[in-house]
Amino acid sequence: MSKSDVEERKVRVYVMGREYKVPFGLTIMKAMEYAGYRFIRGAGCRGGFCGGCATVYRIEGDYKLRVTLACQKTVEDGMYLTQLPFTPANKPVYDMEKSSPSVNVLLEYYPELAKCVSCNTCTKACPQDLEVMDYVQAALRGDFEEVATLSFDCIACGLCAMRCPTEIVPYSAALLARRLYGKYVMPRAKHVDERIKEIEEGKFEGEIKNLMSASLDVLKEMYTKRDIEK
Amino acid sequence: MSALGLIKGYPKKMRESIELVEKTRDERIKHPYKETYRFLALEERDEVLQKHHPDYKREMKRALKIGPNKGDLVPLEIADIIEAHSAVDPKDIDLSHVDYDTDILIIGSGGAGLAAALWANYSGTNAENILIVTKLRFGDSNSKMSQAGIQAADRPQDSPMLHYLDIMGAGHFVNDPELVKTFVMEAPSIIKWHEKLGVMYDREPDGTMIEDLIGGLSRLRVHCCRDYTGLEIMRNLMDEVQNLGIPVLEFSPAIELIMNEYGQAAGAVLWNMETEEYFIARAKSTILTTGGFGRLHIQAFPTTNHYGSTSDGLILAYRAGAKLRDMDSIQYHPTGAAYPEAIVGLLCTAKLRGRGAQPVNKYGEVFVNPLEPRDVEAAMIIRECYEKNNGVETQTGMRGVWLDTPMIDTLNGEGTIEKAFPAMFRQFNRQDIDIREDPILVFPTLHYQNGGVVINVRTETAVPGLFAAGEVTGGVHGKNRLVGNSWMELQVFGRRAGIYAAERAKKAKPGKLTLNHLVKYEEMLKEAGIETDRRSPVLLPEYRGEKALSHALDIL
Repeated sequence: MSKSDVEERKVRVYVMGREYKVPFGLTIMKAMEYAGYRFIRGAGCRGGFCGGCATVYRIEGDYKLRVTLACQKTVEDGMYLTQLPFTPANKPVYDMEKSSPSVNVLLEYYPELAKCVSCNTCTKACPQDLEVMDYVQAALRGDFEEVATLSFDCIACGLCAMRCPTEIVPYSAALLARRLYGKYVMPRAKHVDERIKEIEEGKFEGEIKNLMSASLDVLKEMYTKRDIEK
Repeated sequence: MSALGLIKGYPKKMRESIELVEKTRDERIKHPYKETYRFLALEERDEVLQKHHPDYKREMKRALKIGPNKGDLVPLEIADIIEAHSAVDPKDIDLSHVDYDTDILIIGSGGAGLAAALWANYSGTNAENILIVTKLRFGDSNSKMSQAGIQAADRPQDSPMLHYLDIMGAGHFVNDPELVKTFVMEAPSIIKWHEKLGVMYDREPDGTMIEDLIGGLSRLRVHCCRDYTGLEIMRNLMDEVQNLGIPVLEFSPAIELIMNEYGQAAGAVLWNMETEEYFIARAKSTILTTGGFGRLHIQAFPTTNHYGSTSDGLILAYRAGAKLRDMDSIQYHPTGAAYPEAIVGLLCTAKLRGRGAQPVNKYGEVFVNPLEPRDVEAAMIIRECYEKNNGVETQTGMRGVWLDTPMIDTLNGEGTIEKAFPAMFRQFNRQDIDIREDPILVFPTLHYQNGGVVINVRTETAVPGLFAAGEVTGGVHGKNRLVGNSWMELQVFGRRAGIYAAERAKKAKPGKLTLNHLVKYEEMLKEAGIETDRRSPVLLPEYRGEKALSHALDIL
């Protein structure tokens, strides 16, 4: 971004109430840094994958509290910003080897799921646009596949839990559901077992040793001549 | 049209180029994947790399003046943190009071650190005798951001030998053969372990893994979980660490290693980022899993990396006497976002090319095979943009080529992008760009530290008692890593680090703690005539004020 662009296009943002003028086109995260803030909490991967920068904001003149990820959303004029540095969410401890995807297992660990009033606030709060309430309902029914599929893109930013009027932590319950689904319901890959067996039986030892002791020229030739599958 | 004059996310000038891309698409789509463009011969690769890859710019490197790698060429930014004073003055540290006494100290909570913690526990070290310390939140890492997947040669059409050859060829044949052999032979068992943990790999209905062939590979071998592969594996590992009760200290990076009177690593000085107090952690085995250096912005490149990727572990290990290798070699991911400004430098996963998206120039012409190894692909894109001047220039002066994502749905069926690339789809959608309909503009971005601390197959460094695994190490990838091999490295060598660190902890004695190595390092700086205010580790990049704006990129 050139200097003139920066000067031409500035917007006002309010970081926890205090006004700053920042260049247009920056993400909320970069705008706060431009304003002089240095993140310790409230910043993570900076690419939309870690859920570390959950942000609550309001636009001047509007009553509505909105949520987003600071690393993904570009600033708008009149944004009042604050961040969620930490979510004190409950996460029970369980033994995956002794658990099973039974209809009630999610309710056993997360009985508060039953308090869901279907208000859809969690869905509205999701910066990933996931159907959070739908997967909470699926969790109540013990429909593991539905929970796993709908919740898969969750980055556990904490916003749904903080907004839920009945104190449900949707993403923790979904994590358990996905792990049980992945471990006990999804079909296992037989070819992986077969390959492990071949390796254990020493099937490739000789050939690998030959490769390791091959001269550079031979190795280069083998590499160049190998066929490409797709 | 939006208020800013953008049409579905793009300004008119870029739209004109997109029209040219659309015109050539029907013809191009007849020759997807490896038919797209001929692969370069090894000599041709060398030529384009020499001329266009940022690694080959001699003036951006300097020879180290001190330490085990004295005389080695490294990027200026790395030399700067190595030829720097410690952030710690030994006189300020009271080693007589140990705050955390543990068998195994693990520094870093990405994929390698968590695998080490779990396997140390499986190997008989009690959870309470393991301590994970991490600079930011538990699990904050590049591991979590990995999209394309993880490699293991587990299909009948594939073999560990082909995996070995692919790795050596991409790495310019300088890789450590023992490490590579260990890697390819143990990879399938990692996939099995992940299945047991509950990782939801993409599979066919009969359980067969869906695997991709991506740049530099000879077989379909990259396992994935949509394009959130790293996130999915990480949340399984994190949950397991929590279930087992392994303690984690967040916002507490190690700022120096501690040694003992026998010259062995014996823990670390930790620093609470929030209260700004130091703590002493004493350990019988210390494992470094601190990741790479993207946030040092080598040659001012934007990066795909996590906020905390500042190469802390590398300098800690070097001060303690560990050797490094291949630090002259850096991975620039060929396809970082070049537009819009808000996401410049972020990763556009290699899996996009694996599923058929072709890189094309501003005229919609193909100029490279989408399945070349990363360094070659990146150099060809830089050549197209600068030497050939066939790139598209954005409003902010960034150049890039198109990655023709709409081809993916045509080649693989409608809905593929939403199903297989939800993260990519979402990322661009937030910027009003629909990658199903329009191509995206890309340019190489700083991605990965190919080299690092030297380890053997037991993950031991040159410093007794100090183990290392993951991006902080070098050897597996030689001078260029393949897609999907970083995650597998984290797991194969993270697991080994846990096992061998546990083995050592059973008999090792912590001994008397000392920071004498820092005093000696300070003397080395003085002898070499290095006068500087620089201190390291740097812990976090400096982005305040004008630095929040994107780093200008001067390629010419």
